[in-house]
Amino acid sequence: MSRRPGFVLEVDKSTPPTLFWNGEGFTLETLPEGSRVLYAPEPMEALSDPYGAIRHALLHPVGDRDPLPALLSAGMKLTICFDDISLPLPPMVAPDIRQMVIESVLDMAADAGVDDVVLVAALALHRRMTESELRHALGDRVYDAFAPHGLLTQHDAEDADNLIHLGQTEQGEDIEINKRAATSDLLVYVNINLVAMDGGHKSVATGLASYRSLRHHHNPQTMQHSRSFMDAPASELHTSNWRMGRYIAESGVKIFQIETTLNTDTFPSSFSFLQKREWEWNLRDRATYAGTSAALARVPSRLSRQIFHSIKSPHAMTSVQAGEVEAVHALTTENVWKQQGVEVQGQTDILTLGLPYICPYNVNSIMNPILVACLGLGYFFNLYRGQPLVRQGGVLILRHPTRPEFHPGHHPSYIDFYEQVLTQTVDPVRIHKEFEESFATDPWYIHLYRTGHAYHGVHPFYMWYWCAHALQHLGRVIIVGGDAAAVRRLGFSPASSLNDALEIASDVVGSSPTLTHLHAPPIMMADVT
Amino acid sequence: MATSVGEGARRLAGRVTSTRFPLAAPTWPTTIERPDPERKVGLDFDHEWSRRYPVRLARAMVMDNVTRPAARLVAPATVRGLEHLQRVDGPVIFAANHASHIDTPLLLTTLPVEFRHRTVVAGASDYFFDRTWKAILWSFAVAAIPIERHKINRRSGDAAAELLEDGWSLVIFPEGGRSPDGWTQPFTGGGAYLARRTGRPVVPVYLSGTRHVLPKTAEKGSRAPGGSGTESRRGGRFRRSPISVLFGQPLSPDQGENTHRFSERIEAAVATLAREVQTDWWQARRSVSSVEPVVGALTAHRGPDGPAWRRAWALDTPPMGGRGRSWPE
Repeated sequence: MSRRPGFVLEVDKSTPPTLFWNGEGFTLETLPEGSRVLYAPEPMEALSDPYGAIRHALLHPVGDRDPLPALLSAGMKLTICFDDISLPLPPMVAPDIRQMVIESVLDMAADAGVDDVVLVAALALHRRMTESELRHALGDRVYDAFAPHGLLTQHDAEDADNLIHLGQTEQGEDIEINKRAATSDLLVYVNINLVAMDGGHKSVATGLASYRSLRHHHNPQTMQHSRSFMDAPASELHTSNWRMGRYIAESGVKIFQIETTLNTDTFPSSFSFLQKREWEWNLRDRATYAGTSAALARVPSRLSRQIFHSIKSPHAMTSVQAGEVEAVHALTTENVWKQQGVEVQGQTDILTLGLPYICPYNVNSIMNPILVACLGLGYFFNLYRGQPLVRQGGVLILRHPTRPEFHPGHHPSYIDFYEQVLTQTVDPVRIHKEFEESFATDPWYIHLYRTGHAYHGVHPFYMWYWCAHALQHLGRVIIVGGDAAAVRRLGFSPASSLNDALEIASDVVGSSPTLTHLHAPPIMMADVT
Repeated sequence: MATSVGEGARRLAGRVTSTRFPLAAPTWPTTIERPDPERKVGLDFDHEWSRRYPVRLARAMVMDNVTRPAARLVAPATVRGLEHLQRVDGPVIFAANHASHIDTPLLLTTLPVEFRHRTVVAGASDYFFDRTWKAILWSFAVAAIPIERHKINRRSGDAAAELLEDGWSLVIFPEGGRSPDGWTQPFTGGGAYLARRTGRPVVPVYLSGTRHVLPKTAEKGSRAPGGSGTESRRGGRFRRSPISVLFGQPLSPDQGENTHRFSERIEAAVATLAREVQTDWWQARRSVSSVEPVVGALTAHRGPDGPAWRRAWALDTPPMGGRGRSWPE
């Protein structure tokens, strides 16, 4: 059967209850008649010969770039950078795309007699990956060939000795990136482009940058003018990154960009009901839902978290393109939209979202309240092109347990941000002005970032800035089923049920609101006209 | 713009979650066209499972302990001619007349045990296999296999031939359906074809009186006297009535005999058994023309030409073995 596109369902009395993600679990909610539900397009067919496609892309680059073998030569300095643990979501079944691409690149480098090769995980201010995470992303063959010799590194945004300041853009934006990458004869960057926001100049300008550089676009002003992050021409975040990227290129850094797209085959067959339309659930789907829900309700959250984080996604590659950054990214964006785009007519008064257990910053970790806000308001709210799904002054209703739980090893500064900053204000602009600097330069957080597996001290601020556009746009945010104190700490309204949330929302949007539910994941992007 | 949700919040109160889904099957939004489910029914139904040993064992237990006593209760049977089967080595094709749904279980339960549990029944694919549940039911209950009854179908023939060659006997009703009025309909050539193809003999069988036990339901919309056609119909209910089951001599195609001729011979043999029920073997043999035995038997067997009431009147099959016509011959 051919792939069905995404579509908008209008709920009627025959529509079965709709699946809402609810953290490490899910629930079924009956939406009011007349509501709309957005369903993602079905997964595109995977490339039948991914290794062949990768090789073809390396040999036939787009834009102003020679084929990769022509760029490789003995005695050259080659750095291969790759996306970190935040992509893809959930982590994919082995072999990971990064492994497939990097093995192909290394084959060509070996053929060309390149000796000086270093691999760099482009962390930006994210936590360092563990050995098992690196092995999963790169495969044992690559890991064992490079890691023991110190040739597999992770970008350290606080390592002054390994950073280089290339200069400033016309707008005064500092460009400070990884020295090894910037001073190589060739920088190969391997992307996994899960959403349209990923890749392009953002790969190097953000992934290999320092706080000094990142602060120019990771701030409330930029985020408020990024409408949305998924639509690069309308995103100030991308505009800034593009300025920096072009500056980097003009500085003589030769980048060979490789970007890959995935289909939306997000969950393994044992959880296939999560990506099916409810009225198409068969007996097995219903039994799985009922059994899983019942089991999850009876196990501690720690165990349910472990269960969900052990899920490996059957994501498959749908395209790979290589060459010059902007030419590559244009093709990538087109391919991402082909897979994820859903046309939607008009905005809504209320947008409902069920938030899952995972976001880019809690892989193998805990989804703390700040990440809940970031996932709902920063990511899902921004899954649009044209105009937001919810109207100006509308209401966003999220479903998530929002427990005040933190991973002390991964998110130490988040704990202090939650206790010391959010207790005083939730205004991103004030937070930026009054608190950011002290967290960003705190030596203890820097120490944990550099030596442990902690996100940088400033990272929770960035998560909050991701929400800035939504916070400015929305009339109210309600979290259903969340810990009431934690929800209030975020500046949102808690509700115990969807009914209650609709009652609360009626204060803002009146008694006859329109409602739209984004049935994600799988990820989709709304083209709102 | 999205349509208004009306009094959304208030109306939603009290129906937060469905009480049925997901325990029950989901309903479909009315705006979504429901595709035809991909059902493997009819000739596509996979019936191989019904001949696996555990299923055969279960079927044998049900047939011997439930179906057989029940059949004896509602239809005390007089069985004649079973001795013909003792001389047969291997599977055979039972070709029987067909007047009632109860023909199949009655015939199967009268078979000797060595045939009873290793016999499949050819069932109309458009009737017994049009729904999954029906297909499963009949495959289990009587080891039915689907056949195309309205035209020659290679798949039907191949499947039946394979089973015969695999040692399974086959019950076939060559009329292609139940008799609408009690008289036998012309036989189709399926049984004869299979016999010619596999070399297995055909055993003619005549079932008498079964239409009184479980009559064929009147056609939908047919009117009872003075009725509208919508009132309850007479058929479809069991009534206790004695029956007779007669087995004839096994028949094999003669040298050079084509399927059509052999089929007529099978039908004539069944017709002769029908006469035997009403008289005796000798009288039945004598009633058939010595010049054209097949044609004579068929003429008597298919009933007189004429309006429906004449054909009904000519039937000599009093129910319950009781009174016949009430006036002198």
